[in-house]
Amino acid sequence: MNQASAYPWREAGATPFISIKNVTKRFGNFTAVDDISLDIYKGELFGLLGGSGCGKTTLLRMLAGFETPTTGSISIDGADMTDVPPYERPVNMMFQSYALFPHMSVEKNIAYGLKRDGVKGAEVKERVADMLSMVELGDFGKRKPRQLSGGQRQRVALARALVKRPKVLLLDEPLAALDKRLREQTQFELMNIQDRTGVTFVVVTHDQEEAMTLSTRIAVMDAGKFMQIGEPADIYENPATRYIANFIGSANLIPVTVIDRQQDKLRLQHESSDTVFEAISDQPAAVGDNTTLALRPEKILIDKSPLPDCDNNVQGTVKEIAYLGKISTYRVVTAFGETLEVTAPNQVRTSGAGHRIEWDDQVYLGWSSYSAILLSS
Amino acid sequence: MSISKTHAGFGNWLQSRWQTVVSGIPFFWLLLFFLAPFFIVLKISLAESIIASPPFTRLLDWSGGGLPTLKVSIDNFAYMWEDSLYVRTYLSSLKIAFVSTVLCLLIGYPMAYAIVKAEGTTRYILLLLIILPFWTSFLLRVYAWMGLLADQGTLNSFLIWIGVIEKPIRLLYSQFAVYVGIVYTYLPFMILPLYANMEKLDISLQEAAADLGAKPVAGFFTVTLPLTLPGIIAGSLLVFIPATGEFVIPDLLGGGNVLMIGRVLYSEFNANHDWPVASAVAIALVIVLVVPMMLYHKVQAAEALRES
Repeated sequence: MNQASAYPWREAGATPFISIKNVTKRFGNFTAVDDISLDIYKGELFGLLGGSGCGKTTLLRMLAGFETPTTGSISIDGADMTDVPPYERPVNMMFQSYALFPHMSVEKNIAYGLKRDGVKGAEVKERVADMLSMVELGDFGKRKPRQLSGGQRQRVALARALVKRPKVLLLDEPLAALDKRLREQTQFELMNIQDRTGVTFVVVTHDQEEAMTLSTRIAVMDAGKFMQIGEPADIYENPATRYIANFIGSANLIPVTVIDRQQDKLRLQHESSDTVFEAISDQPAAVGDNTTLALRPEKILIDKSPLPDCDNNVQGTVKEIAYLGKISTYRVVTAFGETLEVTAPNQVRTSGAGHRIEWDDQVYLGWSSYSAILLSS
Repeated sequence: MSISKTHAGFGNWLQSRWQTVVSGIPFFWLLLFFLAPFFIVLKISLAESIIASPPFTRLLDWSGGGLPTLKVSIDNFAYMWEDSLYVRTYLSSLKIAFVSTVLCLLIGYPMAYAIVKAEGTTRYILLLLIILPFWTSFLLRVYAWMGLLADQGTLNSFLIWIGVIEKPIRLLYSQFAVYVGIVYTYLPFMILPLYANMEKLDISLQEAAADLGAKPVAGFFTVTLPLTLPGIIAGSLLVFIPATGEFVIPDLLGGGNVLMIGRVLYSEFNANHDWPVASAVAIALVIVLVVPMMLYHKVQAAEALRES
């Protein structure tokens, strides 16, 4: 028996588990989802990321069956789901508000789906107990939802959605209602549970950090369309557009003109000075094209002495410092006029002056030509 | 100087006691317009009927000189129990009120649900249509129903005209007419509390039910209905209680054919001039209506206590 690949989307010809084909959803004149296609593979933890109103929730609701596509089709595990009502889909959803039934105990909430399927008493009991112990709420079965904390409610919602062993679990902003500490802890719990159950997860979130940590792959949505689909590292290191470069993490954007190109080696001149940068990129930019160079803050080195190992070097003055403990963020006004954001780990525990970079210090910035991202115009 | 000081003093007093003051107003209201009349009526119900003005004996008899003698009689209540007319009338009133409440619920529930589901302006227009009848006199509207239901009325004329019937059918002065009148009049009292309750209902709960495999009917009975129960109870009480004691509708639309306690009360007071018996009838009605409500409250409070 051949072991399923951990990265099925990398393989040509792999069979998708969820297949979304040319789906459009209109509400009156408003197009919420605009002709999108997407394949999601079995066992994935797929992230749908975007700001509010980008169409991610509408897409999730179409997977759940609460909305019907205006055009296009959706299939899950080979079966066409386009017109199947929610109560007949092999899909369960964890709602953003959790939507726990307030008039039922935790046990009854979890048992609800099993009872609708006609599962018998003893088995219901056993499976509910299994779920409760999985989410570590063994002693809370008799409580009502309002007697639980936010984090406990979230786990009940998860248990209720998983007890029917759905083929796909849809999660609508699963961590949004939790405070930061709990959110981080729960992220790993979710990943753990996904790993153990093997259920395919589709997670909608507006929080890019959450999407990056949780997901095997991310689809970034804006205005009803996918801007980019890829593994988190792929999207972060190779953002396709300005929008994504800014939406995922932060980026310094420098407007440049291509002045020379030898295969993938490019020379780029800053638009409003004669500073020249070197970059390596497979973007199809020709000499004379105006484009944008994106630089992640952590990819720029900062030092009080020159950085001879970097093939891009600029000088500047530190205007702002945000000390965050393990790292510091500097805003540096460069000699060529742009302000660059730079983050650097605080590797040395410097208490005295002289070593540490301080306000108004003259600094050298440097980066590798592999670190610069040339965005498609 | 002293005036401003007093003002400040009053202001402080008001500030520290405003909660008591504000919550005291409804208590005062209840005392003045409910409890006081109730005790007056209770007092009369324990008296005996005489031909005088007022037509009942005094509770305290001073005629002997010196200490007054207390004259309390429960004869009126005993009489009510012995004469089967009263018991039958109570049962008939309760039955009519109950059936009307059920009818209001069956008609009002889908209406309230549809209003909640309606979008934007439509919702407010529909709500306005529910409230609109209150802008005309209740009496006028009941008279309008007389015109509609009479033998020569609009409905019979129409049915004859389209050829469904040949001669008028008896609609007015029947139990049917009373049901029409009560359901028509009290329907808004069912719809409005239901609307208020359903508006707060989180739609994602119904979606969650569907998502977990509940077909629409199952979802309704396991989630929507239990969660709208407070609205159902509030609406039902608002219909049931006034419908039980209803006088105008059975009098105008039911004629002599429908037994309801409100009409008996009216004739005891006005035709028979037997105030003590009429008062006893009224007191019994209050007991019939209030005791089950108090029991219900007690059960609810106990349940809330058990849960917390």
